[in-house]
Amino acid sequence: MSCSDQTGLDAELLAFGRQSGPTVRAVHDQFHGDLLEVSMGPQHPSTHGVFRMVATLDGEQIVKLKPVFGYLHRNHEKIAENTTYLGSMPYTDRLDYLCSMTTNWAYALAVEKLSGQAVPDRAQYLRIIMGELTRLVNHSCLVGFLFNDLGTSFTPLLYAFREREKILDLFESLSGSRMMCNYQRFGGCRVDPSPAWLAAARALVDNFPRFLDEYERMLTGNEIMLARTQGVGRLDPAHAVNAGLTGPVLRASGVDYDIRKVDGYGFYPRFDFRVPLGAHGDTYDRYMMRILEMRESVKILQQAFKDLPAGPIMDPKAKIRGFRPKPGEAYGRIEGPKGELGFYLISDGSPNPYRYRVRPPSLINLTLLEEMCLGHTIADSVVILGSIDIVLGEVDR
Amino acid sequence: METIEQIRDRLVARFPAARVELVTNPGPAAEHSLLLDAAHAHDLAVFLRDDPALRLDYCSNVTGVDWPDKEITDVTKTTVPDPAGGQPKIVEQKTTRLQPGCLEVVYHLYSMALKHGPVIIRLRTANRSDQVTLPSLTPVWRACDFQEREVYDLYGIVFSRHPDLRRILMWDEFKDHPMRKDYVEPDDYEWEPTAHGAVAEKHKAHLPPPAATPEAKP
Amino acid sequence: MLGTGILKGLLVTAKNFTGSYHDPKRMVTVEYPEQKTVLPENYRNFPFLVSESADDPMGTLRCVACQICEKECPPQCIIIEKSKDKKPDAAGKQQFYPAIFSIDTSVCMSCQICVEVCPFDSIKMDKVFEIAATDRFQDLLLTRDRLAKSNSYYHQIHPEEAAEVDGRLAAERKIAEEKAKAAAAAKAAAAKPAASVNPASAPAAPAPKTPPPAA
Repeated sequence: MSCSDQTGLDAELLAFGRQSGPTVRAVHDQFHGDLLEVSMGPQHPSTHGVFRMVATLDGEQIVKLKPVFGYLHRNHEKIAENTTYLGSMPYTDRLDYLCSMTTNWAYALAVEKLSGQAVPDRAQYLRIIMGELTRLVNHSCLVGFLFNDLGTSFTPLLYAFREREKILDLFESLSGSRMMCNYQRFGGCRVDPSPAWLAAARALVDNFPRFLDEYERMLTGNEIMLARTQGVGRLDPAHAVNAGLTGPVLRASGVDYDIRKVDGYGFYPRFDFRVPLGAHGDTYDRYMMRILEMRESVKILQQAFKDLPAGPIMDPKAKIRGFRPKPGEAYGRIEGPKGELGFYLISDGSPNPYRYRVRPPSLINLTLLEEMCLGHTIADSVVILGSIDIVLGEVDR
Repeated sequence: METIEQIRDRLVARFPAARVELVTNPGPAAEHSLLLDAAHAHDLAVFLRDDPALRLDYCSNVTGVDWPDKEITDVTKTTVPDPAGGQPKIVEQKTTRLQPGCLEVVYHLYSMALKHGPVIIRLRTANRSDQVTLPSLTPVWRACDFQEREVYDLYGIVFSRHPDLRRILMWDEFKDHPMRKDYVEPDDYEWEPTAHGAVAEKHKAHLPPPAATPEAKP
Repeated sequence: MLGTGILKGLLVTAKNFTGSYHDPKRMVTVEYPEQKTVLPENYRNFPFLVSESADDPMGTLRCVACQICEKECPPQCIIIEKSKDKKPDAAGKQQFYPAIFSIDTSVCMSCQICVEVCPFDSIKMDKVFEIAATDRFQDLLLTRDRLAKSNSYYHQIHPEEAAEVDGRLAAERKIAEEKAKAAAAAKAAAAKPAASVNPASAPAAPAPKTPPPAA
């Protein structure tokens, strides 16, 4: 690379906050002493899975941070090339293992786009119900684990998990499994919930705001939490857009982009809900985003239970066996609880996909981890990582 | 948003030297894409990002695709008049040609400012063996950073002007590129005693040869 | 005053803590294995094969070894070998049966696709999860004798589903029986007028074909 090309590259990268190459910003002089390179992970209770952060520390301050992952890489995309379209559905449960219903939905959406498959009305409403329940599950996990990372041991975690367990019990009585639901199919849903299930789900959803109120009373005003999360891990909105961040992390920085409103997939345009936006882009805003999104999800769920129509849950012309979509390609995306979850499929007319790609929100949300952590202490990096919400099954696939 | 043909026309008008082709998508999704040539891809991408009508500031997805060499058989039927004066005969001629393969990168672009999309662009390498360099679009969209590293890791496309191109999912000393269609996995996995089908066939190579049975004497 | 947030939080935890002493809803611990949670009806763990009678589970399997579940299983954990002979099934029709049917539970991911694609309702999901083994390989490979369980067991674990399957199979058998009866009646009706006609006058031989033109 010529010298002028390098400076041109540096200038372009600097426009969006990134330096070229693995350079270290700190100064080696007699006042700063040696820099310490610490590998946080891959076995670590706070890194949300097998995730490694190679942090270079000046005392306790982070001067460089490189995320390293791939420890959970199972090459899911290659397995999918050797499996039928339906056979990949249970594997998608295991990508983002906390949100299996929404991952199934994104894959089913992509395949339905690829093959032009229609979905009946009741199935669309059921998908929204399951999707929003999954959002409640995921955000409960996140706020619980965030407080775990802050050091409050297990009390807030178990308060959040108490509600999560109720939703997982609902999933178990509907689809047979708490987390690996394998519920969506191409053309609808697999199981029709009974009236008893719907009544239990409605009761849970109506009770959910009381749990949120109790949780907020317990924690949101907590001075220690405010001191440790406000102003920590600021994310610039222009950098966030350019780095492809999506989901609550992006909206906490003030960028109004929610795929439920932009694409209007499923029957989301029929529902009345707001999209919360943050003002500062720090960890506290990312935490509050999850609480506010849970409240909006409750609103969506209440509307969905009220308007749920009767009818078939699966298109009668949909095929379970011998499914061969016409050659072509499609990219189907949804607003998952972590961000934009997309599936890009290329079909060549055979029962197996030619190319199957998962667009993982957790991986792309990690792009700016270094920028968010620079200048903070190593204890803050744990909190910032917790607020980004990663699941290693999705990062590594 | 403009149609993909209008975008193509504007790109060609703005960069006359660039080659921009429309790749149609035959399936029901009808997501057509633009094939850009590697030399001008960076400038075209900056134009797509900064143009006020498009403002495609969000690169959502970067995918690598492997198109291996394909042997295509062309059958040509020619009518040959019968020298004896009877019915003309139809002679079939089969010629095989090798359609060279390539590696491809597909970018899905959306706009967060104007809330439209997707605009899909593709870049193709010249072949699969030695000319596998493509310009990196990371200086344009930082979102491509990790995803182009993944395409380099799993497909072997080398992105020039990428700030930090190294393996991301496999370990650094790994040699091959796992997502290629001709990838052969190393034969070093643990024996699975309930193996059947293809795995059992592969495992037979590791078993000790059967003991020689004494021949039955008449 | 600084610290009100922390105090409010401590009040919430104190309320929950004291409440757990007199409100049974707050005690959510199930003391396993002395107490066991009631599993919902739809709960699934590993598959099992349904056989018609409890007295002879191995001999009255519904499975006809069509091998569809083997092909559709995503992790390829089902091993089937078709038998060479045929046995009558519950409706009396001669069917193949599986000489070998094994499921490797160390590979099975309980996705339930085998149940969805089976055209004969012969493989269903079991609910047993306490099958820990000490041998890593052989004990986790469930062979046909451990998989074959009776229809009455299926009614025990999935009552609604089993009732629906039984109803559907009975309806299909009734339709098949009525079709067979109608076909037999039609054949009998067609044979009767032929018998009343003089058996000596056999139907006329077909007219001789015109010879092909001389080449």
